[in-house]
Amino acid sequence: MQTKKEYTITVYTENQVGLLNRIAIIFSRRKINIESLNTSPTEVDSVHRFTIVINEFEDVVRKLCRQIEKQVEVLKAYYNTEEEIVWQELALYKVPTDVIATEVKVERLLRQNGAHTVVIRKDYTVFAVAGHREETEALIKVLEPYGLIEFVRSARVAIIKGSSGFHERLKEFEYMEPGEEAIENEFLDKNEEIFTM
Amino acid sequence: METLTPKKETQPAPAATTITGSKAVLEAFLAEGVDTVFGYPGGAIMPIYDALYDYNEKLKHILVRHEQGAIHAAQGFARASGRTGVVFATSGPGATNLVTGLADAMIDSTPVVCITGQVFAHLLGTDAFQETDVINITTPVTKWNYQVTDATEIPHVLAKAFYIAKSGRPGPVLVDITKNAQLQLFEYSGYQKCAHIRSYRPKPIIRKEYVEEAAALINKAEKPFVIFGQGVILGKAEKEFKQFIEKAGIPAAWTIMGMSAIPTDHPLAVGMLGMHGNYGPNVLTNECDVLIAVGMRFDDRVTGRLDKYAKQAKVIHLDIDPSEIDKNVKVDVPVWGDCKETLPLLTRLVEQKVYPQWLQKFKDYQQKEEEKVIHEELNPTTEILTMGEVISSLNELTKGNAVIVTDVGQHQMVACRYAKYNQSRSNITSGGLGTMGYALPAAIGASYGAPDRTIVAIIGDGGFQMTLQELGTIMQFKPNVKLLILNNNFLGMVRQWQQLFHEKRYSFVDIQSPDFVQVAKGFGIPGKSVSKREDLATALQELLNSKGTFLLEVMVGKENNVFPMVPQGRGVAEIVLSKEEI
Repeated sequence: MQTKKEYTITVYTENQVGLLNRIAIIFSRRKINIESLNTSPTEVDSVHRFTIVINEFEDVVRKLCRQIEKQVEVLKAYYNTEEEIVWQELALYKVPTDVIATEVKVERLLRQNGAHTVVIRKDYTVFAVAGHREETEALIKVLEPYGLIEFVRSARVAIIKGSSGFHERLKEFEYMEPGEEAIENEFLDKNEEIFTM
Repeated sequence: METLTPKKETQPAPAATTITGSKAVLEAFLAEGVDTVFGYPGGAIMPIYDALYDYNEKLKHILVRHEQGAIHAAQGFARASGRTGVVFATSGPGATNLVTGLADAMIDSTPVVCITGQVFAHLLGTDAFQETDVINITTPVTKWNYQVTDATEIPHVLAKAFYIAKSGRPGPVLVDITKNAQLQLFEYSGYQKCAHIRSYRPKPIIRKEYVEEAAALINKAEKPFVIFGQGVILGKAEKEFKQFIEKAGIPAAWTIMGMSAIPTDHPLAVGMLGMHGNYGPNVLTNECDVLIAVGMRFDDRVTGRLDKYAKQAKVIHLDIDPSEIDKNVKVDVPVWGDCKETLPLLTRLVEQKVYPQWLQKFKDYQQKEEEKVIHEELNPTTEILTMGEVISSLNELTKGNAVIVTDVGQHQMVACRYAKYNQSRSNITSGGLGTMGYALPAAIGASYGAPDRTIVAIIGDGGFQMTLQELGTIMQFKPNVKLLILNNNFLGMVRQWQQLFHEKRYSFVDIQSPDFVQVAKGFGIPGKSVSKREDLATALQELLNSKGTFLLEVMVGKENNVFPMVPQGRGVAEIVLSKEEI
């Protein structure tokens, strides 16, 4: 029996108004909740990427990716399990500055959790932590007793371990396709008997 | 900088290379070979209509009576001609009235380009008069859509629109153009057709190993069965398809959308699949050893219960849309590609064969269906007429040469079960969406798409009342459409289900109709109503012989049911021939 798992979907797209909606409704139409969604530029100028996290069966994820790829402005969609990606989320924590100043323990805890200070004001201090969800979540628990004022976490950004970037793929996409008369079949002109028509 | 607040809505005479956005739209149409537009004017699309005034000789504009009529007409045009249907509508209600047709064209893969007017760009998002967020409303029901706010975008956006609508798996495209862009003058450097979009692959690359695997499976098969859909027609692959089944000797059944791709009397044609399809093809789907699906998408009305669908068979699926592979039915061999290209490759590799015993099985089931259902439907012992005998009489007169446009419901199923076809693009119906009210406007469109053919619209009394305002379009433009109303004084299909599955609790299905002949007369359309068997043939003859549009209403049995039927939630092999078997 298949179980639902966390999958990270990476979608390479053109940069176009309305595309976010076109992609989002592929999920909402099937009543699938998006856990996290990030849009970002890529190493290639003019190509954008979406990083989407969902909990689903692999079968469903595969079909979703095919539906996403079917959209005119989508270049490519990949899905990966957690083991196949390197990922991070960024979290910000706002705590009262007087607590930090007086409670030595807090400072130690923050250091242990790899937090760094973003801003210090008389009334509050903002810390940032980048890491996996469990790590950023753990720090909430730690800070709660010390008067955590505000918490926010970003969407996931992920890099596929096995990917060699999108430069090469893009060349393939930019390759001008033959006109309507020509048959678009890479095997047709290889002189193999069965494919000479 | 473009003018956002123009002084007047008519344009000054343009300089040689300076034209308005509106004119660029019409130039794009001409370059794409468009000669007929279905539309309805309104505030936000007035500049385009103003420009259209000067294109009267090159572009035929059919003024419909409702925007839904415009898009269904464009669909009918596309389905009959194989070309792209084109629609004009204004912003707000004009655009939202297109939604049903867009959804219909989307699910039935019909190439349509809709141009909607939109409020001035500077008014977007201000709840301006007749402003709606058309792009977001239509996103789920369009293959592609785009909002133009600057006239310089128009030539390449329209080139993309026509390319996307027609290429690969076709579908509807909507381009929303703000009024300022329509009015804006810009340097026009000609129109260039679009042939490539970086992120868009209309046809997947054919994989040789899958073609070989498919051929090997077919060559080993003892009971192979081909099922085909509209992909064969959309791919203009009727010839390639026929060569394939004829060489391989495999019996072939069609989905409602694939109907007419091969002649109904072809020796290998074994009938229609699906809920009200033929007995043999449904039962034997669960007996074949290799199931070859060509250009179809395993709709639930075709498969019945999925966990009881063709479990014993190896499934080969030929489709141009990779997202269709494994979507509903798990496939053993996916043959990606345009079937016009993949079928010949497959034909070369399959052995010349015949399966007389296997084919005989289909004939045996056909015989059983004949005895239990068809004979009584076509030669009823009742006094009142049946829908089947009307279609059967029609066949005798049209000889299978007419384009049959159907609406949705019992008459649709009966027409598709019994109508004869001997050429492709002869069956126009709302298959996926099941849009009542489709047939009348679609038939109008079809008459422009296939002006040399006889167009017969078969419509129920319910569906006819949904879009009968389009009789006004017929009155004004005088297309030649044969309207055949099969009136059973009920919303028959729902009534049938209420009878069979809801203990005959007839809840709001007893629809009353106006005197259709009088209604037609009001629109200047001659008509007649018959209810007696002896009048049927002459009345049909009169319908077909009339010079222009004619309306024939035939009163048929009120509580007749369509059988066979695969009841919902059952497997295809559990198809029943009568209500006693349910």
